[in-house]
Amino acid sequence: MESSIAIRMVNITKTFGEVVANNKVCLDINQSEILALLGENGSGKTTLMNMLAGIYFPDSGEIFINGKAVTIASPKIAFDLHIGMIHQHFKLVDVLTAAENIILGLNETTVVDVKHVREAVKEICNRYGFVVDPDKKVYDMSVSEKQTLEIVKVLYRGADILILDEPTAVLTPQETQKLFCVMRNMKEDGKSIIIITHKLHEVMEISDRVAVLRKGFHIGDVPTSETNAMKLTEMMVGRAVSLDIERSVPVNPKPKLVVKNLTVCDSDGINRLSNVDFTAYGGEILGVAGISGSGQKELLEAIAGLQYCQSCSSIEFLPEKGEKKQLSGMHPIDIKRLGVALAFVPEDRLGMGLVGSMDLTDNMMLRSYQDGPGPFADRKKPKQLAETVVKELEVVTPGLSTPVRRLSGGNVQKVLVGREIAMQPQLLMSAYAVRGLDINTSYNIYHLLNEQKKRGAAVIFVGEDLDVLLELCDRIMVLCSGRVNDIVDARTTTKDEVGYLMTYLKEGKTNHEQKA
Amino acid sequence: MTQVISLIQAAIVFGTVILFGAVGEILAEKSGNLNLGVPGVMYLGGIAGLAAAFFYEGNTVNPIPIVSLILTLAAAFLVAMLGGLIYSFLTITLRANQNVTGLTLTVFGGGVANLFGGTLNKMAGGVGQISVAMTSGAFRTTIPALSGLGIVGQILFSYGFMAYLAVILAFLVSWVLNKTSVGLNLRAVGENPATADAAGISVTKYKYLATCIGAGISGFGGLYYTMDYIKGTWSTDGSIEKLGWLAVALVIFATWKPKRSIWGAYLFGALFWLFFYIPGLTRSSQEIFKMLPYLVTLLVLVMVALRKKREDQPPHSLGVAYFREER
Repeated sequence: MESSIAIRMVNITKTFGEVVANNKVCLDINQSEILALLGENGSGKTTLMNMLAGIYFPDSGEIFINGKAVTIASPKIAFDLHIGMIHQHFKLVDVLTAAENIILGLNETTVVDVKHVREAVKEICNRYGFVVDPDKKVYDMSVSEKQTLEIVKVLYRGADILILDEPTAVLTPQETQKLFCVMRNMKEDGKSIIIITHKLHEVMEISDRVAVLRKGFHIGDVPTSETNAMKLTEMMVGRAVSLDIERSVPVNPKPKLVVKNLTVCDSDGINRLSNVDFTAYGGEILGVAGISGSGQKELLEAIAGLQYCQSCSSIEFLPEKGEKKQLSGMHPIDIKRLGVALAFVPEDRLGMGLVGSMDLTDNMMLRSYQDGPGPFADRKKPKQLAETVVKELEVVTPGLSTPVRRLSGGNVQKVLVGREIAMQPQLLMSAYAVRGLDINTSYNIYHLLNEQKKRGAAVIFVGEDLDVLLELCDRIMVLCSGRVNDIVDARTTTKDEVGYLMTYLKEGKTNHEQKA
Repeated sequence: MTQVISLIQAAIVFGTVILFGAVGEILAEKSGNLNLGVPGVMYLGGIAGLAAAFFYEGNTVNPIPIVSLILTLAAAFLVAMLGGLIYSFLTITLRANQNVTGLTLTVFGGGVANLFGGTLNKMAGGVGQISVAMTSGAFRTTIPALSGLGIVGQILFSYGFMAYLAVILAFLVSWVLNKTSVGLNLRAVGENPATADAAGISVTKYKYLATCIGAGISGFGGLYYTMDYIKGTWSTDGSIEKLGWLAVALVIFATWKPKRSIWGAYLFGALFWLFFYIPGLTRSSQEIFKMLPYLVTLLVLVMVALRKKREDQPPHSLGVAYFREER
């Protein structure tokens, strides 16, 4: 049996600063096997695989390839060991042709021998059932063509062990089926394949064995035939932890924001959000759960007027008094002029939320720079606001004139949240509001959100920690592949249910619409 | 007719200076390094060559032209490369801002060259003007049999060997970039260093080599200017800097293609000297004509932007330092 193990990873540990990405992970990969690597965001799947591909170097632990201990210090060594990784973000040069990308860095001949490459590519394509045009430029290719090219590139380099990092995230169901077909062909040919994915139905369909990671730990692995989606979800999310976050019953909830048919396309023409329908009520916290990249960012940005949405989309805002207002297709400035107090705490605090090199007062001014007399900005009020925020939210800062990037992550977030809630928002949106913050600061932020909820604002809370979502929110909307998979009551649902909804798109939601 | 021939000759001589500059700069930019220090590097090449020739001629009893030629070329190439090395160390290893570093190198190169140029002028004594007549003569030697071939000889064969070297280098760089594995890797480094890195290409090595060799080639532009264009003398009037910027403009005009920069260089030369052949121009209207190369470059930029052809775009990561662990 020993000889059939292609890769054995023993006690692999990798830390980034104080964060332990992988903690004594042991993993075996057999020959002619498709192994699915399953886990939530940040569970360390990609980090672990990057160590096989030579991108990262483990802090401790050993890797054996075909029984021999190896040190993988660079991508080149990984190639030499016949390991090939297809990254989530393709590593291709746009202006080069397929053939040129395939031979990049190999230096097989002094003068590039395109004819030879063409033949070799054709041979690989025929063997596994790919279609690649060696003379096509990468910028002319569709996402699925690019992915195929990545796989051919890795095979051309003689890989026997292929690692695919979320290969289906960008593919249509038809393209996914084609990919799976190729993967099966490669397995028949004796190759070992590791597929990183969040999608449980794909795990069940394609893999022979499943290994589950959670928060950097290896939870276990099971033959796919002996498990099911519910059992895997349990392994993935673990048991619920009690956090004791205060949660009041919503008082007199009224619809504040009605979103219908919200559809957002990215620059490649792929739907990041498809027909999203939901209503956010004043006086409640609506949680948004989902695997990262399921459309959370696009959702918030579309509402804030930062994303172009398709014409079928409708985002209606219902103020206390007066008529409802259509926000779809509006610029943030127009939304402000309409009198909609919309507060947005984006994921990228120092990129979208604040200007790192400016001080506290100036950052407060970002919301009010137009309020001054004539061409002059009013600096008095922002300064007062900065003082209030520092005092009330206990921001630790040497002074108001300190550039915000010098503050710690928690204090940066306090400044941002402080500014946003100072405008007395009717709608408050936050993305990963407590990411990277310590426990105390996290609770401070929960408290601030709860205060806004009691004030009657509609709060949308995009989160990644299911325990927090379950205890803080009133309802949880679960996004899966850019669709609303379900909206559940946070008081009665379970962690498993939400985890399942995040990874398993319900029947009837999978039929992909034709792209325009 | 003689007017036309004289314009073509002026254009080719002028074009050769900026062709060297542009070909070297294309090589550097293909690795993702926007070296705005081209004028400085050309200055360094020019003064190093001149100094080498001056000391060789002055300290040798019977100077041999060919030896002086080789010494001069080597000095120009090496010192210009040194300029490229400073730039590379700052931008690649220390990841300093490329624009600032390049501009600084231009100021630095100009300062150093004019300091030594002035010193050489003083050391030469006499009228206070250095002259390396013998070496300059060697640079300007033509093949009598060919240059005497009437109009053809006048247009094609009336130049020193460096005019042909510039064209050969342009073709050579083009061949390396487009046909060889090394060129493929280099283009990948300039387009997408992260991808190149993942493919096992040493991004740092390629950037250093391309930038330094490129600077060496650009340095030849300065050398050609001092040895051939102004016939082995030195003037501190800043004309090399002017030509250096034209070389940078030529890179854009040629859309980063060495072969296109050949005729582009001659076109720039013709446009630059056009005022000389149009009668009745005042001093100020001459300046408007001298502006033409830049105007043409602007037009090309507009056209390229409108056509949106990916092959005509600058290398994608041009001007950006590469750091593997940045995510």
